[in-house]
Amino acid sequence: MLGQLEGSRAVAETVARCRPEVVAAYPISPQTHIVEGLSRLVKEGTLAPCEFLNVESEHSALSVCVGASATGARTYTATASQGLLHMAEVVYNASGLGLPIVMTVANRAIGAPINIWNDHSDAMSQRDCGWIQLYATSNQEAADLHVQAFRLAEELSLPVMVCMDGFVLTHAVERVDVASAEQVDAFLPAFVPRQVLDPEDPITIGAMVGPEAFMEVKYLMHAKQLHALERVPRLAAEFAQAFGRVSGGLVRPYRTGDADTVVVALGSVAGTLEAVVDARRERGEAVGLVAVTCFRPAPHAALRDALAGVSRVVVLDRALAPGSGGVVGNDVRLALDGLGIRVHDVVAGLGGRPVTTGALHRLLDAAAAGELERLSFLDLQHDVVARELVP
Amino acid sequence: MLQVRFHGRGGQGVVTTAELLSVAAFREGRHAQAFPVFGSERTGAPVMAFCRVDEAPIRTHDPVTEPDVLVVQDPTLLHQVALFSGVPDGGLVLLNTSKSIAALGLDEVADRFRIVTTPATELAREHLGRPLPGTAMLGALAAITGAVSTDALAGAIRERFSGRAAEGNAAAAQAAHDRELAHARPA
Repeated sequence: MLGQLEGSRAVAETVARCRPEVVAAYPISPQTHIVEGLSRLVKEGTLAPCEFLNVESEHSALSVCVGASATGARTYTATASQGLLHMAEVVYNASGLGLPIVMTVANRAIGAPINIWNDHSDAMSQRDCGWIQLYATSNQEAADLHVQAFRLAEELSLPVMVCMDGFVLTHAVERVDVASAEQVDAFLPAFVPRQVLDPEDPITIGAMVGPEAFMEVKYLMHAKQLHALERVPRLAAEFAQAFGRVSGGLVRPYRTGDADTVVVALGSVAGTLEAVVDARRERGEAVGLVAVTCFRPAPHAALRDALAGVSRVVVLDRALAPGSGGVVGNDVRLALDGLGIRVHDVVAGLGGRPVTTGALHRLLDAAAAGELERLSFLDLQHDVVARELVP
Repeated sequence: MLQVRFHGRGGQGVVTTAELLSVAAFREGRHAQAFPVFGSERTGAPVMAFCRVDEAPIRTHDPVTEPDVLVVQDPTLLHQVALFSGVPDGGLVLLNTSKSIAALGLDEVADRFRIVTTPATELAREHLGRPLPGTAMLGALAAITGAVSTDALAGAIRERFSGRAAEGNAAAAQAAHDRELAHARPA
């Protein structure tokens, strides 16, 4: 149903319509409203049968999810920032065991210094954990991605992270068409687990694997991710057919035809960039945008297709790999290997610094003037850091 | 696109006010987006929220830096924060006060902006019984800009509140709206 509602509520209601049987979570800003919403739906009986487990930490939250998922329950959790880091050990176990858990990450910076605001450092810290990582550009997409995520997770026996910008999306009140229970039921069949932990028929999962087979297990995780590269766009197409709107997929090019400069970005800044691209196109500038909606598996071929004809790519990164630079840019370079396209990394919006329309225009001005370095930091106060760097 | 920036203090319902405007616009079939500036939520601390309203879907997710309308729910903020930052010359500034512009020491900016005062706290006390000026400010905003109708505002208020809170807020919005129309001088 079409409504004007907070992003967190849209996600909570959509997740409820996906009929999770177990939700375990520990509250942390900016994820809190999502799990509060779900706990309310469980308490009032709107979401039933479902067990909502309050736990003492994020490590426990995901551990509960691992156990529940292993018994064959559809399982959900949500977290952010330090909470995701606290879960990290279990994050890897969930993917290693092939458990189809869906988790929302309300993207937030990582301390120190402590900071509650939005960037992508949390999810990027788990880049190599073996989960599928989807990024929402809007609240509509955030809601829709959860419907796709459960289907994807259960088809592939892989956990899926749905990343949405903390505060910027989670706390924004916007128009969202929340899928009805009937629509979701038609798209998302009941969960049929491949194997279950059952006391009547005991098996062991997660037993020790030695050097003779560990590489093979990890190779199979990689192969499963590559298989997801085929499933993600097909599911997005099926979703578009069923729901009448485009959400998800691997990458979403916007006005890239004949573009000379294309910005690559993840998350809600893609919406701001669309408006910036429109403004510059009106001035006759050949600029475009590619929103990466699936970051893991890395959509190398889709990025190569979308960017093959351009002369310059500007990768807007909402995370920093200190000592290296951007994070997403490295995947873009792999995708464009051998094409001779210049790739510029721009680290932007760390710790909630707004990525403004004005700053994006200044960035594209610099790109057009050929003044963009290989790595730069959007809106960095150079005088402040220069003072600290004086020997 | 109409872009509004709301200023107030924690506990005054600034975030709710921005949301109510977005819901009212949605009820009239338009696209709207409301979001707060997130800080440490403490009673009395300066709070800011934004609302965008447009006929077309709103894709932008950055803060409103050049508001068409500034809504100031608490006049004690006037000289404390960079309140007028980004407001273009001639931009509408809606102030909750029963004092005159001169008494507020705003003469120097009175020529740059279109400053309108409305006694929203008093109207809220009268109709709601509590000093929460948000809905009265929205009533005045509706009258001055035509951004939303009072019917849509009342609908948004009744979606959010129930019982006496709903009726009191709707009455405060209507009173501020009618007061503004009565004061409006012919062009």
